[in-house]
Amino acid sequence: MMKLFSSLKVMLGAAPQRPTEYTPEAQAMMEAKRLVKGPEKARQIKAAHAEKHSHKWRNIRWATLIAVNLIFVLSYRFDVQLVEGALTASRVIGFHFADLNSAIQVMLAYKVILINLVIGTGTVLFMWWLLGGRTFCSWTCPYHLLAEIAEKIHLALAKRKMVVDYPLHRGSRTVLYVVFAALAFISGYTVFESISPTGIVSRALIYGPGLAMVWVLGLLAYEIIFIRRMWCRYICPIGLTYGFVGAVSPLRVSYSMENCLHEGDCRKVCLVPHVLDCTKKTYADDIKVAIGSDCTRCGLCIDACPTGSLKYEVKGLNRLL
Amino acid sequence: MTEHDAPPKAAPVLHANTKTRRMVMRSIAMGGAVVGASLFGFFPVLRKWTPRLRPPGAIDETDFLAACIKCGQCVQVCPVKAIELGDLDEGFGVGVPYVPARAQACDFSCDAVQCVLACPTGALSHKISKKEEVRMGLARLDRPNACLARKGEGFKGVARPAPFKGVHRYPEIDRWKPVKLAEYKYDLALCDLCVRECPVPNAITLEPLSGDPADKRRTPVVHQACVGCGMCEMICPTEPASIVIDIRRKWGDA
Ligand code: SF4
Ligand code: SF4
Ligand code: SF4
Ligand code: SF4
Repeated sequence: MMKLFSSLKVMLGAAPQRPTEYTPEAQAMMEAKRLVKGPEKARQIKAAHAEKHSHKWRNIRWATLIAVNLIFVLSYRFDVQLVEGALTASRVIGFHFADLNSAIQVMLAYKVILINLVIGTGTVLFMWWLLGGRTFCSWTCPYHLLAEIAEKIHLALAKRKMVVDYPLHRGSRTVLYVVFAALAFISGYTVFESISPTGIVSRALIYGPGLAMVWVLGLLAYEIIFIRRMWCRYICPIGLTYGFVGAVSPLRVSYSMENCLHEGDCRKVCLVPHVLDCTKKTYADDIKVAIGSDCTRCGLCIDACPTGSLKYEVKGLNRLL
Repeated sequence: MTEHDAPPKAAPVLHANTKTRRMVMRSIAMGGAVVGASLFGFFPVLRKWTPRLRPPGAIDETDFLAACIKCGQCVQVCPVKAIELGDLDEGFGVGVPYVPARAQACDFSCDAVQCVLACPTGALSHKISKKEEVRMGLARLDRPNACLARKGEGFKGVARPAPFKGVHRYPEIDRWKPVKLAEYKYDLALCDLCVRECPVPNAITLEPLSGDPADKRRTPVVHQACVGCGMCEMICPTEPASIVIDIRRKWGDA
């Protein structure tokens, strides 16, 4: 319970805290690690990095993301009626699906509880709860993929000292969440939807691009030049909504302290590095830690970790196996 | 007590503070900019820059913009592709469906109102189940002097020549296959295209212009049954159309 609470707090913008208490196992392991010093430690790090790290999960995820969006596009283009609609709301072989955040916006603005929307959000709620965290973000959202590419460009330019990242306060997303909810309620319009790149890109893919793509390209340019991953990190309420939904879910990324060398390769690739704070020396209170609710389950850290200390895990399944 | 319980060493305070302060200022600026950008959507809406003919069943305009989840399911089910989604210049209307009647009208050839059935949010009200119940707007003879019937002229050829892409599902040809207007030829002694192709019974009729039986001239008269689907506007062969839809106007409105 405490853990869930602190993981939500971190998601809302609080800085992750170093634990004040450790399990005896964790203490023993930290002690053992402290004994490994200097040349031995260097040797371990070198050995771990001898193998080039893979892009396994990234490739699987990109393929999934592209496939999901392609199904929407093809199903409309070839009129197969398998999937109808866009990411904001759709019908999949007759079943209603509705993006939770869009549904909230509509209900706040329209102030009517719509039965189909309730059914649609129910299906979606269950699905994303099962998958957990912000799985929607990294496995489905088409803007995420564009932003991921923009991030790569940003990092490449930053390496050449051509751009600098100006990080923002992570609490801004929480503030904006409240502001957009209030705006929808007060104005009676789904204000956020008019600038949501998720909806815009999804519709552009399916129905053809328009002027609205200028806004999206502007955002991407801004992210490349000024703020690394600005939209997904500091603004997007969709991420926060799904973060709540997936806060307690069976599937997650889990960290095991045992082989971890604490040099932070995982935090360098992560969109939400604060959830990986437990991988810092003395920041894990147990020898195994489940990564917090802001995690998008993208698996970049799993690919990046040279010691296999991060893994996807289904809760309870380990005990069964 | 082990040593890792010791508090972490204090960071150089002054430096950290200015850094955080800058970060917070930047965040506020960014938040303001994003919210500001989103509020730009008000302008087109309040100023009615881009009035749009909404699909059948659309509820009151303000509620419609709120209720529509911008999914385009209505777009996908329409057999004549009469529905398009709004762009950024429509502000909060971005992603919201409309019918560009002159380019492609709704001809109700879909059996009941498919778009209404497809809408997940009731933005297209499910209270409507028949085309006769729809109220999108009202047709109005906008340029009486251009109207061929009023001039007593017939009409021969295609109503809207290529490259016009609009289609119509003619019940008498094949009610499942839309035909391009640019490929369908008429030969009429007196133009009555708007009346002939109107999908709603008794919505529009041709009435004599004078009491003289020898006078060929007729005028299209719009009746209360008109639902404003835009079929007459699309089919009218004069350029621009002699008859147009007044968006969201209801019978009896000024
Ligand atoms: S913690 Fe790992 S899986 Fe989660 S968002 Fe970060 S890199 Fe992706
Ligand atoms: S009612 Fe008109 S707009 Fe709606 S699906 Fe049918 S033909 Fe298309
Ligand atoms: S189906 Fe309904 S919610 Fe979806 S775009 Fe059309 S009017 Fe909007
Ligand atoms: S189709 Fe146009 S020109 Fe012909 S009768 Fe109707 S309004 Fe007149």
